Amino acid sequence: MGNPKAFMSVPRIEAGYRAVEDRIRDFGEVEQTLNSRDRQLQASRCMDCGVPFCHWACPLGNKQPEWQDALYKGEWEKAYKILTLTNDFPEFTGRICPALCEKSCVLNLTLGEPVTCRENECSIIERAFLEGYVPVNEYVRNGMKVAVIGAGPSGLSVAAQLNKMGYEVTVFDKNEAAGGLLRFGIPNFKLNKSVIDRRIKLMEAEGVKFLYGQTIEEDKLPEGFDAYAICTGTPTARDLKIEGRELCGVYFALELLGQQNRVLAGQQFSDAERVNAKGKKVLVIGGGDTGSDCIGTVIRQGAVSVCQIEIMPEPPEGYNPATPWPMWPNIKRTSSSHHEGCTRRWLLNSNKFIGKDGKLTGVEVEGVIWEPNPQGGRPIMKLDGKKEVIECDMALLAMGFLKPEHKPLADNVFLAGDAASGASLVVRALASGRKTASEIDAYLKSR
Amino acid sequence: MKEYHQQQGLYSSSYEHDACGIGMVANIHGNKSHALVESALTVLENMRHRGAEGADGKTGDGAGILVQIPHEFILLKGIPVPEKGHYGTGLVFMPKDEKKQNAILTTMIEVVEAEGLSLMRVRDVPVNSECLGETARETEPAVKQIFITGVNGDELQGFERKLYVIRKKIENRIADKDCYIVSLSSKSIVYKGMLTSMQLRTYYCDLTDDYFTSSLALVHSRFSTNTFPAWPLAQPFRFLCHNGEINTIRGNRNWMKARESVLNTGLLGNISELRPIIQPDMSDSASLDNALEFFVMSGLSLPHAMALLVPESFNDKNPISEDLKAFYEYHSILMEPWDGPAALLFSDGRYIGGMLDRNGLRPARYLITSRGDMIVASEVGVLDLDPAEIKQKGRLEPGKILLVDTKEGKVFYDGELKEQLAAEHPYKAWLADNRIQLENLKSGRKVENSVDGYAGKLISFGFAQEDIDKTLIPMAVNGSEPVASMGNDTPLAVISDRPQIFFNYFRQQFAQVTNPAIDPIREELVMSLTEYIGCVGNGILTPDESNCKMVRLPHPILNNTQLDILCNIRYKGFYTEKLSMSFEAARGGEGLRDALDDLCRQAAKSVDEGINYIILSDRNIDEGYAAIPSLLAVSAVHHYLIAAGKRVQTALIVESGEIREVMHAALLLGYGASAINPYMTFAVLDDLVKNHVIQEDYKTAEHNYIKAVCKGLYKIMSKMGISTIRSYRGAKIFESIGLGESLLHTYFGTEVSTVGGIGLNEIAADAVRLMEAGRKATSDSLLPNTGLFAYRKDGIQHAWNPETIATLQIATRTGDYKKYKEFVSYVDNKPKPAFLRDLLDFKLAEKPLPIEEVEPEESIVKHFVSAAMSFGAISIEAHEAIALAMNRLGARSNTGEGGEDNARYHSSVDGVSLCSKTKQIASGRFGVTAEYLVNAEEIQIKVAQGAKPGEGGQLPGFKVDKIIAKTRNSIPGISLISPPPHHDIYSIEDLSQLIFDLKNVNPKAAVSVKLVAESGVGTVAAGVAKANADIIVISGAEGGTGASPVSSMRFAGISPEIGLAEAQQTLALNGLRGKVRLQTDGQIKDGRDVILMALLGADEFGFGTLPLIVLGCVMMRKCNTNTCPVGIATQDPELRKRFRGKSDYIVNYFTFLAREVREYLAQMGFRKLDDIIGHTELVELKPTPAGSKLSTLDFHRLLHREQGCALHWDGRPYTAVGSVKDREIIAAAAPAIEHGQEVNLNYEIHNTDRACCTMLSGVIADKYGAEGLSDSTINIYFKGSAGQSFGAFLAKGVNIKLEGETNDYFGKGLSGGRISILPPMRSTYVAEQNMIAGNTGLYGATSGEMYVNGCVGERFAVRNSGAIAVVEGAGDHCCEYMTGGRVVVLGTTGRNFAAGMSGGIAYVWDPARKFDYFCNMDMVELSLIEESSYRKELHELIRKHWLYSGSKLARTMLDDWNHYASEFIQVIPIEYKRVLQEEQLRKLQEKLAEIKAE
Repeated sequence: MGNPKAFMSVPRIEAGYRAVEDRIRDFGEVEQTLNSRDRQLQASRCMDCGVPFCHWACPLGNKQPEWQDALYKGEWEKAYKILTLTNDFPEFTGRICPALCEKSCVLNLTLGEPVTCRENECSIIERAFLEGYVPVNEYVRNGMKVAVIGAGPSGLSVAAQLNKMGYEVTVFDKNEAAGGLLRFGIPNFKLNKSVIDRRIKLMEAEGVKFLYGQTIEEDKLPEGFDAYAICTGTPTARDLKIEGRELCGVYFALELLGQQNRVLAGQQFSDAERVNAKGKKVLVIGGGDTGSDCIGTVIRQGAVSVCQIEIMPEPPEGYNPATPWPMWPNIKRTSSSHHEGCTRRWLLNSNKFIGKDGKLTGVEVEGVIWEPNPQGGRPIMKLDGKKEVIECDMALLAMGFLKPEHKPLADNVFLAGDAASGASLVVRALASGRKTASEIDAYLKSR
Repeated sequence: MKEYHQQQGLYSSSYEHDACGIGMVANIHGNKSHALVESALTVLENMRHRGAEGADGKTGDGAGILVQIPHEFILLKGIPVPEKGHYGTGLVFMPKDEKKQNAILTTMIEVVEAEGLSLMRVRDVPVNSECLGETARETEPAVKQIFITGVNGDELQGFERKLYVIRKKIENRIADKDCYIVSLSSKSIVYKGMLTSMQLRTYYCDLTDDYFTSSLALVHSRFSTNTFPAWPLAQPFRFLCHNGEINTIRGNRNWMKARESVLNTGLLGNISELRPIIQPDMSDSASLDNALEFFVMSGLSLPHAMALLVPESFNDKNPISEDLKAFYEYHSILMEPWDGPAALLFSDGRYIGGMLDRNGLRPARYLITSRGDMIVASEVGVLDLDPAEIKQKGRLEPGKILLVDTKEGKVFYDGELKEQLAAEHPYKAWLADNRIQLENLKSGRKVENSVDGYAGKLISFGFAQEDIDKTLIPMAVNGSEPVASMGNDTPLAVISDRPQIFFNYFRQQFAQVTNPAIDPIREELVMSLTEYIGCVGNGILTPDESNCKMVRLPHPILNNTQLDILCNIRYKGFYTEKLSMSFEAARGGEGLRDALDDLCRQAAKSVDEGINYIILSDRNIDEGYAAIPSLLAVSAVHHYLIAAGKRVQTALIVESGEIREVMHAALLLGYGASAINPYMTFAVLDDLVKNHVIQEDYKTAEHNYIKAVCKGLYKIMSKMGISTIRSYRGAKIFESIGLGESLLHTYFGTEVSTVGGIGLNEIAADAVRLMEAGRKATSDSLLPNTGLFAYRKDGIQHAWNPETIATLQIATRTGDYKKYKEFVSYVDNKPKPAFLRDLLDFKLAEKPLPIEEVEPEESIVKHFVSAAMSFGAISIEAHEAIALAMNRLGARSNTGEGGEDNARYHSSVDGVSLCSKTKQIASGRFGVTAEYLVNAEEIQIKVAQGAKPGEGGQLPGFKVDKIIAKTRNSIPGISLISPPPHHDIYSIEDLSQLIFDLKNVNPKAAVSVKLVAESGVGTVAAGVAKANADIIVISGAEGGTGASPVSSMRFAGISPEIGLAEAQQTLALNGLRGKVRLQTDGQIKDGRDVILMALLGADEFGFGTLPLIVLGCVMMRKCNTNTCPVGIATQDPELRKRFRGKSDYIVNYFTFLAREVREYLAQMGFRKLDDIIGHTELVELKPTPAGSKLSTLDFHRLLHREQGCALHWDGRPYTAVGSVKDREIIAAAAPAIEHGQEVNLNYEIHNTDRACCTMLSGVIADKYGAEGLSDSTINIYFKGSAGQSFGAFLAKGVNIKLEGETNDYFGKGLSGGRISILPPMRSTYVAEQNMIAGNTGLYGATSGEMYVNGCVGERFAVRNSGAIAVVEGAGDHCCEYMTGGRVVVLGTTGRNFAAGMSGGIAYVWDPARKFDYFCNMDMVELSLIEESSYRKELHELIRKHWLYSGSKLARTMLDDWNHYASEFIQVIPIEYKRVLQEEQLRKLQEKLAEIKAE
């Protein structure tokens, strides 16, 4: 532990974002970086807790105190090695993880200024790539083959782990490139796709095979493999089946996000196919992260106004007594996209889409009241009768994804990530992938 | 006779301790008289408070007397003995059964006749059994006296020797345990028994016969921790009686056994017939007597044998001649010291004398009368003597001998005796020619520190990253062991499913109550790590230079170069052999067993071949082999060689990759290794240096590491009270948890395992697992972080983890019982067990009780207390929150050792008092005043603390702010040191005295004694109960702490379950259980824990870490750095602002806990918690997986229950102080106490009047607080010899003057009063040359004055924080740990003056300019008194001394002040001087600012 008193003298400094007027002109990454001296100083704030709640809260079990210490001391390579003991893709989580670790940081408890774990993580891996600490390893093959269906976070995680263990891994994906939602969900301004390409290239060099454009049914798995990992995520978005759903201008969030990323990757779309908010008033239905991604995207496309509505009440700002430390706090989150210009409203139910000539012109919404459930459990929703129409030319449905159902699986078929447990965070998908990989390994070893 | 010693539970007779009062009376001219015997008996009777009684109130622990054979008396009894000295006699204890007696006599006659003598007569010794207590009577033997005659005139020379041989042979032939020969000699005879000191003369009416005469007598009264029948253990033994304890006894006994083969001097014939030299199953004192007797019989003189067995310290800090040092060094090669604390009195019938061990921790005072009588005793005033008759008074000094030859009529003082001994042979030249010093050997060979296959080997030897980061780096950089906080909450080695290195199964033992720990830093002068390796010759008792052909090591840690040199000094005539510690991995336990057998045989063969030392090594292990755990290998070889009689002929050196921590080194040495080489650790250091992880170069890093290990060894040795590594080696001051009995028996020479455990199979399996993990490692793989210190998800399990902490905090904050139950489920359903109780469960009733029938929560909650946590260690906010909560619940909070702001005694929040009900008193005595003590419902004496038993502590200066300084009676900014022992508790009778003192000052309070679980703690607990404690705390080793050396936190003490069960069983066995409340602590978290600990015997339950967590602690484990981010364990005002705890949360917790306990009681079918205490039959064992380590555990000893006796505290009132002089004084002083009128009183005083004026002080403090009465309101004049603790805690306004003398602990805890002590008016001796006050005066004084017109004993003014004192000479360790006040010594001082002194000032009159040698200069500086303010101060002190004590010396000085003032040395602590200067500067600046402003 480098400097036991740094937390008392060094304040938390976030690298912050590019200025709004600058960043909304392009799809480049919005987050900035600190110079390495400041970065090391930030790492020095870690108190090396006797009970590191950050490490506990992290689904991957990242050993923050250990790599913070190495980082503080300028031992970048050591930090990189410790980091990758638990995390195969710090370059992803370092950018887009909501950082459960930081919420559980003891400095968050006492000061509201946790260590900048996520940014530090990102710095370590980027420095490692820059300095050439990331090796291309050759692994001794054990002669067994595993097929991974889906090249999203969990699929990549399973593949990377099994490859390390010596399995010959083939990853099948229905899309034209790997990454899943990392590539076709998360906007480029949060995660530049070259970061994914760099990793895929590395995995390929280490022996993982990727096959794209392969739609594979669970009951018709490709032959010739000793085991299979189904990592197909949650393909079905939750729909809003109300009047006017068929109107032109109502889209699923991913239709917008996926296409935008493809456009940026150089693909061409006809005007009819194109989902473009340029010059439009946009309503985002759903107050989560996907909704927020939609906001940033439509702003960059040139939307004239953006409104985001949510059916649940507005969470408290800063601290929520119902979810005390070290739990994940249910509080109001404001993303970089929110700062780029939008109105946010809560406690609104969408009654119907209103259109003219088959084109969306607005959405009728109505206020709701949540009443406590006498049986306990989820509160009961009641409409309050206060109706209004929000004018818009584009409505984006960002209301989450349905948990997929699976038929009974053969012994050598395993599930991982969202496909197993429903939509969740990238970091959980990665953790699930690692767990599945070790289950597959145990299964194949004991066979 | 009743048989007691069947061992079913955890109690073992080998744990027994005793301590006592001793005395001797001799006429220097050898004039025999019955009056002398009378005097000796009176001496004994006047020390009755030093002995003890059993639960029946009548059975004594033992008393006895040794006198010359009363020839005339025997003749008058009609026994036709030949002339004086021509017959041998002695008492014999025999079974009552006459048949058995006859059988024994037949054997005796055979042996006697075989030696050519005859058993002339057997006399029935008349005894008065009526006076005995019940327990003593049940085991009373038949007492016979035998007479052996038939010696020829020319055989007289060897007659004593022959009698010795006869006795040894009889002992060896008679198996009957009830037969014991008390003594057999032609010169002296011993009468003793299980008696109180008052019963001795009644029981043996011989002693009161007018014709029963002697010119010398030794007497002894025993205070044993247990009152089990032990007639033979009463003292004196054949040669000596002993007050104290032999700490190193296990090692001494083993080495004596190992040495038997080389001890023959020819005088005793074939000594193999006399073996064992040390009689088995006896006490430590008895063993020492056996050894002394053997050496004397082998031809050594009495003082020579004593100097050999109990040598004084002879390192650089001791002022003795070079020749004498050589004498000691020569003998130290042959024999390890029998380390005290010991005051020893001895006699062979002609010579009689006494000595103290090197530490001098037991008192012994002597006086010589003008008629030529000499009296030595633990106390003064034990005989009424006319002051005019007294020629000289003094004390035995540490390591010094005093001897009287009654035949020549001469007194020999130490100097003369020792010079004679040193001059007998040219020891200095012998050493110079034969003994090689390792540090002087040089070699040109290059030795590598790196190791091939480094990464893999690290893992194979069980290294983890934390070992390097948190242990080795701090050691290599700072040269000391790292410090950690918050206790150890990880599973026991045997419970963990991770592969363990073998060291992890062991725990250090430590001294508590029965013997004091030593401070190895401040009292370094008695410590030594010097080791000798080589081969001891075959005649070590025959003085010869070949005996010292050895290599001397400055310390037992060898670096690679030194080991290489040792392997290659053939040219000097030293031969060595390396044996590999490895076993065939594939063959598992079987392979390990064979490898150990093989290793032992090879070692024995090496000895036969004349190898000087054997190196056991795991450096080069072949493929397919795994390393034998080094400790197992060493211990196996050590014990094998002892059994084979080949042990002392060689030395064992261990070269092992496993060794990294201090504990590892201590274990290897403790089980017989002479030196160790931790080569993997050196490889780690090499790697750290090469990779620039640390800035040091290799040499410095290695030096620092070795220094840290040496310091750690000192600490581990000293916590058992052991001073030298030579007596530590092989002393096995450890215990194991989780090792099976057969393993311990075969390889560790231990018979009993508390909870059973693993054997060779499991050990081999772990070693192989580690080896295989190592094989897999590649050169660049990271070492795993196992989460030993800081929680890791994939690491070692911690009981305090994110889930338990978070749920507990949320539950108590929100007051949500459901959430609390969630916490409980995390505690109870750990993924894997961690503590012993996790393997236990309890029976539920078939028909549960309705909950309403169970006692209410409010009464259950009274069983809970908060553990001692000092203000200083934790913030005032946290401290007060806990006090408030416990007071609201009607339970008790504990001040901890830091005192308490007296404003809190009378302030409250919402009607709830802020005053802690339990006041702790620890070795530092911080803030312990009369006022503090009277404001307590319970006074807790902290003997040891779970996280670091046997160690002192230090509150660094930067943590001492204004308020802390105030509560601790010190000054902000100066460090406060707590000594390892209480300097008024060196043994059990001292504890009894302290309890007596405390009960005097506050008769309403319960006195509790806090102990830490270790094997033997039950025995200590029984002793504590007999010392009249009301509550006994058995603290688990898992207890938390603000700061503790890492090795102590993890490796000292044992699980509370074992300690508690042993205490419960031993107390019950002694019939003492109903008398005391038994409290326990150590990671207790929920209702299940409480129920299980209650079933094992606890009445009360302590919680320390847990309330802190409730208040917001998140187990940062950073308490020692003052950076606690939640404002609990810090004094930083910024951080304290972050404290968010509330007393309500703690109230919530204890209410929930009580509710949960109540629910369990209902389910179990009991109405009260009391009803299940000690009912181990309700405990069930949880199933364990077959074949696992857990399945090897055996709980039958732990769950043993004594039948037919009380199992819990019976609710009786606290023990009360009987009639004391103070009751009379208080009545007489009523006008002063009630109305503040001046009162003048006169009393006579005796040594049996103890703690005089203490109760009076309590009354004043209760009424008037710290303010007391105005000066000299109560004036009392005493005449005579005051008992111990004279004027303890004396309150302000009381002015006492003693004409006469006083015993130990005078003025302890002085709280504002004034004490003056002066010699009797009619005395003829020179006041300043004689000792009139005992040891440890003024200990922990906080304010007040003391003037002594005479010398005081050792350790005067230890931990004085504010009193002023003037004395005319002092013993060793004066002003130790002093933090305030003034001490003036108008005379010489002993060694180690001002050790650890961080505040206050001392002035020493030093006309001879020798003082600097005697002063410990680590923390102070010396100067002449130049500043006028100091001169003035000194003048005033001496003036007052003259005024109050009438000192002639003071008058002389005042009359020629300029001359004398220049002969004084001022002793001022460097830190204190700085603080004073800063203070002055600040005042100056303030003044300047004022002037400027004007």
